[in-house]
Amino acid sequence: MAISRGLAGRTVPEAADIISTVEFNHTGELLATGDKGGRVVIFQREPESKNAPHSQGEYDVYSTFQSHEPEFDYLKSLEIEEKINKIKWLPQQNAAHSLLSTNDKTIKLWKITERDKRPEGYNLKDEEGKLKDLSTVTSLQVPVLKPMDLMVEVSPRRVFANGHTYHINSISVNSDCETYMSADDLRINLWHLAITDRSFNIVDIKPANMEDLTEVITASEFHPHHCNLFVYSSSKGSLRLCDMRAAALCDKHSKLFEEPEDPSNRSFFSEIISSVSDVKFSHSGRYMLTRDYLTVKVWDLNMEARPIETYQVHDYLRSKLCSLYENDCIFDKFECAWNGSDSVIMTGAYNNFFRMFDRNTKRDVTLEASRESSKPRAVLKPRRVCVGGKRRRDDISVDSLDFTKKILHTAWHPAENIIAIAATNNLYIFQDKVNSEMH
Amino acid sequence: MLHYLEMEDKVTSPEKAEEAKLKARYPHLGQKPGGSDFLRKRLQKGQKYFDSGDYNMAKAKMKNKQLPTAAPDKTEVTGDHIPTPQDLPQRKPSLVASKLAG
Repeated sequence: MAISRGLAGRTVPEAADIISTVEFNHTGELLATGDKGGRVVIFQREPESKNAPHSQGEYDVYSTFQSHEPEFDYLKSLEIEEKINKIKWLPQQNAAHSLLSTNDKTIKLWKITERDKRPEGYNLKDEEGKLKDLSTVTSLQVPVLKPMDLMVEVSPRRVFANGHTYHINSISVNSDCETYMSADDLRINLWHLAITDRSFNIVDIKPANMEDLTEVITASEFHPHHCNLFVYSSSKGSLRLCDMRAAALCDKHSKLFEEPEDPSNRSFFSEIISSVSDVKFSHSGRYMLTRDYLTVKVWDLNMEARPIETYQVHDYLRSKLCSLYENDCIFDKFECAWNGSDSVIMTGAYNNFFRMFDRNTKRDVTLEASRESSKPRAVLKPRRVCVGGKRRRDDISVDSLDFTKKILHTAWHPAENIIAIAATNNLYIFQDKVNSEMH
Repeated sequence: MLHYLEMEDKVTSPEKAEEAKLKARYPHLGQKPGGSDFLRKRLQKGQKYFDSGDYNMAKAKMKNKQLPTAAPDKTEVTGDHIPTPQDLPQRKPSLVASKLAG
């Protein structure tokens, strides 16, 4: 099964330590996390040791920096949180790594470089940098590059500010590697990575009269291969695929993906639980994965009428919706992820549980990310939530689920069976040692 | 025929049962949960109110220690003692009407 390595957090989580986003880079060598305190921590996978070929590389801290600080908009009396909402890596084009990180209002481009050599043997300065007494200099030398301890340097290269009135929920780098988009509740903007003083608005769903507002944008993503296509999801459960070649302003969708609702099943909660909290294109670009409060759904780009697959994440919560509405948990935004071959999908749930669904075998499993249940090198044991009726020994009953322990953010390595799970302030990285290649 | 209709009433979906529970607790809850009130509250997330003038005055006074300041009275919140934005309690807009209003 899977082997775990937990990375410790404090026993009483400080709000700033709560992880708010997790993202592997395109090779899976680096893993970035953002937290509520505006900090980014990057982990790097250690290269495999030749002596122990079965001991695959584990992730160690590579770099950490303060990406965003809290700000105040005095004009509107608004506090702007420093919490990192999303991190997206740019494809690597040279020795340096770059990523975009965003809070509610401002996107920043960070460049991460390594320095492992430094010049020594200057003529005018000594080793500490002090000016030499010129009378002691009798000959000229050419400074030589000498190896030094690895230093990872991070610098902000661009700051994309003032593009959004509402809170940014998504960013997505285009496959053209030149542009990216940022989406807030009502608008989506297109930026060029090199230009910070302007952006193009490509979607605007703000009604003329705010009282007519019926739905907001919840997530958006560029197609992985077609640089002209992007999708955005709404709080009403629909997906809109837009083509930037069709018009400058993509208010009119090219395709609308919506599952028809059974009117007899409609309740007060129907619209809230149908709100899509995350949308992800498959690696193939043929499918989309969406997460709403109780299910994950796979959509075929060629079929708008309904999803091709629906998986129940925690249907037993249907009889708890009243209390979940009162404690606001019904508004929790869970993410979803594909594995590298698009054959397995994963999403988080409550009680530090996360779920995986195999699309081919139709089997699913519930696993737990917690210190007690996963010692390093231990095999994860499948968990089960019982809904009454027959109860097995290690089952958890619905009423004893801890709703403060939510796994909102998960990520899957682009090629291997390695997953990163954020459980409040703790990060878990699980590796499948038996079947390390995807299948 | 009558028997069948009685059965229909008893078999409600768990979702509808939860809705009935919610409406029983908050009878004045609006009909449209996804409507504009709900969305507008969502768009206002993060709004904290504070007086930036007082805040900057308080910051300036803290830097300049020579200014005579009154003994800090923990219960009074005026002038120097305006809470900093970090101290402000989170104002979470409540979607459900207070039980007192019901």
